[in-house]
Amino acid sequence: MAKLTININGKNCRAEEDMTILWAANTLGISIPTLCHEIRLKPFGACRVCVVEVQGESTLMPSCVTKIKDGMVIRTDTERVLNARKAVIELLLSNHPVDCMTCDACGDCRLQDLAHEYGVRESRFFTKPEKGVKDDRNCMIKFDHDKCILCGRCVRICNEVQQDKAIDFIGRGYEMSIGPAFNDSLLDSSCVLCGQCVSACPVGALTEKQAVGKGRDWELKKVQTVCSYCGVGCNLFLNVKDNKVVKTTSQVGTIPNDGNLCIKGRFGNDMIHHKDRLTEPLIKKNGKFEEVTWDEAYSFVADKLKKIKDENGPDSITCVGSSRCTNEENYLIQKFARAVIGTNNVDECART
Amino acid sequence: MSFGSGAMTNSIGEIKNCDVLFIIGSNPTEAHPVIGVEMKKALKKGATFIVADPRKIWFARHADIHLQLNPGTDILLVSAMMNVILSEGLEDKKFIEERTEGFDEVKELVKDITPESVAERVGVDAEDIRKAARIYATTEKAGIFYTLGITEHICGTDNVRTLANLAMITGHMGKPNAGVNPLRGQNNVQGACDMGSDPGKYPGYQPITDQKNREKFEKAWNVKKLPEEAGTMLPKGFDLAVEGKMKAFYIMGQDPMMSEPNIDHIKVALDTAELVVVQDIFMTETAKLADVVLPGTTFAEKDGTFTNSERRVQRVRKAIDPIGNTRPDWKIICELATKIGYPMDFPSPKEVWDEVASVAPNFAGINYGRIEKVGLQWPCTDTEHPGTKFLHAGKFTRGLGKFHALPHREPAELPDNEYPLVLSTGRTLYHYNAATMTRRSEGIVQKSDEAFIEVNKKDADNLGINNDEIIRVITKRGNIKARAIVATKAKEGIVWMPFHFVENSANKLTIQAYDNITMTAEYKVCSVRIEKV
Ligand code: SF4
Ligand code: SF4
Ligand code: FES
Repeated sequence: MAKLTININGKNCRAEEDMTILWAANTLGISIPTLCHEIRLKPFGACRVCVVEVQGESTLMPSCVTKIKDGMVIRTDTERVLNARKAVIELLLSNHPVDCMTCDACGDCRLQDLAHEYGVRESRFFTKPEKGVKDDRNCMIKFDHDKCILCGRCVRICNEVQQDKAIDFIGRGYEMSIGPAFNDSLLDSSCVLCGQCVSACPVGALTEKQAVGKGRDWELKKVQTVCSYCGVGCNLFLNVKDNKVVKTTSQVGTIPNDGNLCIKGRFGNDMIHHKDRLTEPLIKKNGKFEEVTWDEAYSFVADKLKKIKDENGPDSITCVGSSRCTNEENYLIQKFARAVIGTNNVDECART
Repeated sequence: MSFGSGAMTNSIGEIKNCDVLFIIGSNPTEAHPVIGVEMKKALKKGATFIVADPRKIWFARHADIHLQLNPGTDILLVSAMMNVILSEGLEDKKFIEERTEGFDEVKELVKDITPESVAERVGVDAEDIRKAARIYATTEKAGIFYTLGITEHICGTDNVRTLANLAMITGHMGKPNAGVNPLRGQNNVQGACDMGSDPGKYPGYQPITDQKNREKFEKAWNVKKLPEEAGTMLPKGFDLAVEGKMKAFYIMGQDPMMSEPNIDHIKVALDTAELVVVQDIFMTETAKLADVVLPGTTFAEKDGTFTNSERRVQRVRKAIDPIGNTRPDWKIICELATKIGYPMDFPSPKEVWDEVASVAPNFAGINYGRIEKVGLQWPCTDTEHPGTKFLHAGKFTRGLGKFHALPHREPAELPDNEYPLVLSTGRTLYHYNAATMTRRSEGIVQKSDEAFIEVNKKDADNLGINNDEIIRVITKRGNIKARAIVATKAKEGIVWMPFHFVENSANKLTIQAYDNITMTAEYKVCSVRIEKV
């Protein structure tokens, strides 16, 4: 691809043709605030918080949708730019409930970050929000109308990436919102409850229902790991507080899934703390399981295995590995079969 | 094997740049949703989709060509495609010449298998087969993607090899955005195979029958003599147990009572065995039959690695301490081995991995330090090696790519007057295998918690079955009840069920017939009758 010369904030640089101003600036290490922009989505140009000054243009240009041109002279830091951004933030806050103290996105909210960065404390246009949390039977995704800034990221990820077309902008003007057509429950729409919209929402409008009130962003330890369901091997982040997994999140840029997850990976991890988890070793005595210590369990199994091996040879024992366990564990079970028991009877269920 | 190993030849990241996707026996939006997302990117970019599936799955509805074939006729379909390619001279002669062997037999085999001659049995328009063949053959970036719809047949291995034939005659191998890509069902099925949970192979697919390999492992593991003969595969192991010859099963994290066909047989096997030990996180159907149950942990409570479908070894990290008195499975095995008198004193999974890397050349270059941020794709033979995005560039793992001329074989059971419909089973988006995990998720259960059966509208009308009605599904082996979903998703004459629900397990119905090489069961075809209750 051809390289073009542009000037950003007084510095000449080369960038690839086809890049937007935002993209070029980011690759050069210059950051520009954004709200409606999401790397996984086509540029949208709706929020206008990313505006910059381009020489020769009378109006400020949204950098996320404006392509660079050869010789373009751009400023991202003038008074005019900063004031325009501030006005955008003020306008957004004008009908946004400023209840960060109870918001589950607090600490992980682009609007809050920008208000902080641009020093917007009060809004010139404040009106009291009134719609509040939408009552939806689904127990995974919570939607708070009043916090929605109509950036469309959720709508676009549903339509562009998932292509499920479950939600869209609904209503018009001041009443505009997002949701399934006819304002149904997500459960009655084509929604597959992947939660991609939650991952795309820059504010606290869409959040994980099950995590409500369970921890603030800065209290949560985010542990990067791999989904334990299917063979795609999505990277995900278990959010932990007090030895409890509170929710699962994702991050754009991870390989192989680039922040995308499905319902199982994002919402299917309740089994970790489920009350049905086995918690003690058990031995069946007279047809009934009884709790024993690990030591008793090990001795029992070790003695039995030795006896069976002595009487019937090692090939009368079969070990079964697991596609649910780690590589290390599978390595160990085959080593156990081969080196400890002395048999090649090691296999797994349905090798698929 | 046709090329050398059974893994995705290409990478997930390459999918979006494919120009043709030939999806056969795979329902990515439900079974591999995020690979589905990558495929949707290709769709958006205008790639051509050829989907071979008896059902109108998501990608079939968005495909350019939907080959709605009858279950169990994959070889006929693909052979007919090869017939078209060869008769129209669309094959890659140079590739066949330089990189493969055994082509002539395949040529001979497919010579008379014209689309017209098989259209009726396959249940697809001959012209559609021709179109599909031409598009696939003449597009440079054309990838094949398959899953259980290909492997869960008595001819599963033959199906896979026939797809490999198709990729080889067109030279769609050893380059990006192409290849033959099995999408692995379970999170670490790839890793479990790689690590040698296999009666015939040591970790890294090193045959146990090779004396050099045995000597290497004897030395590494400090044992005098390792067994020379291949072990028994699991289904055979259950048969032996029923005969009283297999005495003990040590089962880590699996639930054969749910995952194998004909569970009554397995129950007898486990009841007859002298000792059954199960390591698991829940009281599974299999654990209920055990003598000893050892509580393992979930992935959230342990360190280690998983290997995904594209051969990427990725770090699993401990997020919380083990719940209650549970222990991570790696630790349980180490402690038990030590108790038996073979010390296994790995301080953590990291040291276990280092041992893997030291004995299996495919993984020699991978260590925890290198995969801290992003996983590496094997083969990765030394610590400078960047990992392998796509396999078989320039040369196949086994040297020359091997063609296998394989005729169609009819499924083990064909419909008759008494059992006139064909039953296929599979996965839904919302559940995972025996659903022991997903059914413990409040949200997922709210969305889906009941066995159902998809019935074609015409078949339903003939039997007076209404949508949403509970019906009985009967095979020679058993019967269960399920809610009928009447629509046009399933083809006429075919019904489809998910296999996740223990109280109405579809595996009570499926036939006990296996592929003779992988011992994978024929879950995709058996004959049934449905009735109003
Ligand atoms: S719910 Fe969130 S992502 Fe969707 S439009 Fe509102 S603010 Fe944007
Ligand atoms: S998040 Fe979904 S697609 Fe990704 S690995 Fe988990 S189950 Fe598979
Ligand atoms: S980020 Fe550019 S207009 Fe919203």
